Amino acid sequence: MRRPRVTTAPAAGLALLLLTGCGAADMTRQASPFAHAGGTRTVTLSVQSWVGAQANVAVARHLLEHELGYRVDTVQADEVPAWDALSQGRVDVILEDWGHPEQERRYVDEKKTITRGGDLGVTGHIGWYVPTYFAEEHPDVTHWKNLDKYAGALRTAESGGKGQLMDGSPSYVTNDKALVKNLDLDYEVVFAGSEAAQITQIEQFAKEKKPFLTYWYTPQWLFEKVPMTEVELPPYEEGCDADPAKVACGYPVTALQKYLNADFARGGGDAAEFLKRFRWTTEDQNEVSLMIAERRMRPEDAARAWVDAHPGTWRPWLP
Amino acid sequence: MTTLTAAAPGPAPLRAVRALRGRPAAKLLALAALAAVLVPLAQARWGGGAWPGALTVDVSGPLGGASDWIIDNRDSHPLFLHVLGHVSNAVVLSVRAVYLALLAAGWAGVTAAGALVAWRAGGVRLALGTAAAFLACGLLGMWLPTMQTLALMAVAVLASAAVGALLGLAAGLSDRAERVLRPVLDTMQVLPAFAYLLPVVLVFGIGVPAAVLATVVYAAPPMARLTALGLRGADPEVLEAVESLGTTARQRLFTARLPLARRELLLGLNQTIMMALSMAVIASVIGAGGLGDRVYQALASVDVGAALAAGIPIVLLAVVLDRVTGAAGDRLGAAPRPPARWRLATAAAGVVAAALAARLAGHAQWPAAWEVPLAEPVNRAVDWMTAHLYSGVPLVGGTADWAARFTTWVLDPVRDGLLWLPWWAVLLLVAAPAWLIGTWRTALTAVLALAAIGVLGVWKPSLDTLSQVLAAVAVTLVLGVATGIAAARGDRFARLLRPVLDVFQTLPQFVYLIPVVALFGVGRAPAVAAAVVYALPAVVRITAQGLRRVDPAALEAARSLGATTGQQLRQVQLPLARPALLLAVNQGVVLVLAVVIIGGLVGGGALGYQVVFGLAQGDLATGLVAGAAIVCLGLMLDRVTQPTARRPRNGA
Repeated sequence: MRRPRVTTAPAAGLALLLLTGCGAADMTRQASPFAHAGGTRTVTLSVQSWVGAQANVAVARHLLEHELGYRVDTVQADEVPAWDALSQGRVDVILEDWGHPEQERRYVDEKKTITRGGDLGVTGHIGWYVPTYFAEEHPDVTHWKNLDKYAGALRTAESGGKGQLMDGSPSYVTNDKALVKNLDLDYEVVFAGSEAAQITQIEQFAKEKKPFLTYWYTPQWLFEKVPMTEVELPPYEEGCDADPAKVACGYPVTALQKYLNADFARGGGDAAEFLKRFRWTTEDQNEVSLMIAERRMRPEDAARAWVDAHPGTWRPWLP
Repeated sequence: MTTLTAAAPGPAPLRAVRALRGRPAAKLLALAALAAVLVPLAQARWGGGAWPGALTVDVSGPLGGASDWIIDNRDSHPLFLHVLGHVSNAVVLSVRAVYLALLAAGWAGVTAAGALVAWRAGGVRLALGTAAAFLACGLLGMWLPTMQTLALMAVAVLASAAVGALLGLAAGLSDRAERVLRPVLDTMQVLPAFAYLLPVVLVFGIGVPAAVLATVVYAAPPMARLTALGLRGADPEVLEAVESLGTTARQRLFTARLPLARRELLLGLNQTIMMALSMAVIASVIGAGGLGDRVYQALASVDVGAALAAGIPIVLLAVVLDRVTGAAGDRLGAAPRPPARWRLATAAAGVVAAALAARLAGHAQWPAAWEVPLAEPVNRAVDWMTAHLYSGVPLVGGTADWAARFTTWVLDPVRDGLLWLPWWAVLLLVAAPAWLIGTWRTALTAVLALAAIGVLGVWKPSLDTLSQVLAAVAVTLVLGVATGIAAARGDRFARLLRPVLDVFQTLPQFVYLIPVVALFGVGRAPAVAAAVVYALPAVVRITAQGLRRVDPAALEAARSLGATTGQQLRQVQLPLARPALLLAVNQGVVLVLAVVIIGGLVGGGALGYQVVFGLAQGDLATGLVAGAAIVCLGLMLDRVTQPTARRPRNGA
């Protein structure tokens, strides 16, 4: 008679438990089971959902693999979970961070499990945008005080009787709900829920030359396809966004930052050294992003094309 | 909803339904009396309108505290070092072991071994199909991710089956354990996977261990249910005979009850595999890697073609595993085959030879030159479709217009209506059908579940979500029952439909996220569309099956009386298939609710958005409360729509 699997499975589990030893098993020091598969040196990069982040990772990956002889794993994660993963050593680096003061305080200053990796060289800015074809027809739409005039034109089924301000992924930094309320605008914030949905909707609007108002950010490849003009919000001043309920100002211009796992930064050898020196411009990043998103090239092919064309930029990054 | 048409002599489950016939009036009267006493009291104390603020509990403080505690103690507290750390370690080691074995076998070895297993289970045709499926994964350029997913699945399915079997064993052998476990299993099944990804990630961190554990929570219940069902359904005469031989309870379990339940055990395994595979993509959100990760990354650059290229291998894996386990289950009842040990040995040697040959030829891993680009043509097709259907279609208008009309004419009135009703009226509205269809217990569960939503302080978004669910269920039922009727009447149509249903049931929901937005714009309408696509196959299948099972004698009698086909359908088939139709409603509701989160990703807002927000921002309070509210909604809807006989298996 066959032994039923009911007893073999837990037995196998128990055996595995014994195999792993009875001492402490620190799960904050466990690598991915897919890493180091061929006995090679591996670096794990965190990829965020926007294409600019993919461009950083594709180029870093290409150089790590082809110039430095590493194997590169990537993990896709939202921003806050990525910080968590970085502190645990599940990923070694975040190449593009848009500012997370709470996480910085917790992990960089208090627990010291994450260290700063310096500027990425790219400047980021969040704002409200309307399509340029609409802004050219109605130049005054580009100031927030005139937005109410256009609420009717920007109305959709989702926004009820008000104008629609489209926001994107829930993982992105946004004060828009508070802004609409505090600036007393006749608008409803509609969350697209993901950047993919937001881009798809923007492209559909643009195809029909319909007006729209959206939360958006630079650098972004979509500007090449759908030119957009920023709407002027009350200017940003240091600390004006400190109280989330009282925000009544626009968004800052942020120098995007790199962060490294502290252990990796100390003992990561060439890879850590390379990632600390990795620094390029907004134009460079957009060039790669556009190849990935608009020309639908595979990220590795896009990275190769950029690397072949700009040896002067990346040579100094190599240790 | 409860008036019964004259029921002809029918199958057993009907009897239970019919037993209620005399009592709806009494139940409604009792409910009305109860309401007459309680409503004025409640109205005077808390007022009407939305859920009263005095009756809510704010849990964000304690939840935030718990989250901080975990982060601060994760690398030092003994609970993590000595218990959870080992669990996590064991998962990593097992997945790695399977992955390395798959890599060592190479593409030729894995394909040959897969074909061998399929051949043993179901014959030559299945073997060829399996080999073709593996080769297709390679051709799509997805070999390595497929192996990663396979390794992850192997461990997750084994763990789920073990956990499920243990729970099922307990529930099958002890009545008390069954009573305790049933609500637990119910909750595990209606719990949206997204809602507990967050706590799992907090504890285990991003990566494979968290993904495997989340999968186990999701995939173990069907195994547990079917194990219990198998044990309880064992033929009492056989058991008596075994007992008369003077066996111990333990011997009876292993020699009689478990072998007798083999069929259910295999069906449970089959369902567990399906559920685990459907988690493969969702788990990619927390860094599980593999095919799911490719789907998810493709979405970031709005690349439907690439997402599909990674989604197809998931569908192929699901179909192959479904057919192989199904074939193994069918063979259990058949006469045992003559022993063919030498044939098996030859085949095994063939597998090894294939693996070695590929390795010697320098092609252990899938050669890149053999890949077929699929993304390009798919993207062109999607672009064409959305460019031509979105708006400006003569006469009928574009899909965007439909979506806008659906939102203003259906979704808005339903939502506004629900929000306009005083809170106690909503509770009564739920209590009435739940009591009429089930017992006072079902009604009480439904009402308490709804009340819990109010207590958690998410009354408004929950009713918003409810309005979307109701609309989606209505659309699903109209389309699903119509298609089901067509499939039950035409064999050729049913055959054509089957692969289509397979694909829609197993295709990761993320793949059609972009197309629904491209067709219907951002908002609640695409969320409803996604839910309909996901829930439709189950409703079609259950309806068609129910209609086909209708007693041919009754149909014959109707025909001899000269009834037209339409009359046969309306007066005989549909009334007789009533239990199946009720089950279809129930499954439609449960499955639609499972896609609420996906709705959050395309602008559905409400609870789905809050769960996604919680996960993205690491905000345990928002995410978990919204997740709990979805669970409560699920429990409530399940009770309100539950056919009297407990459903034996989950439809997905």
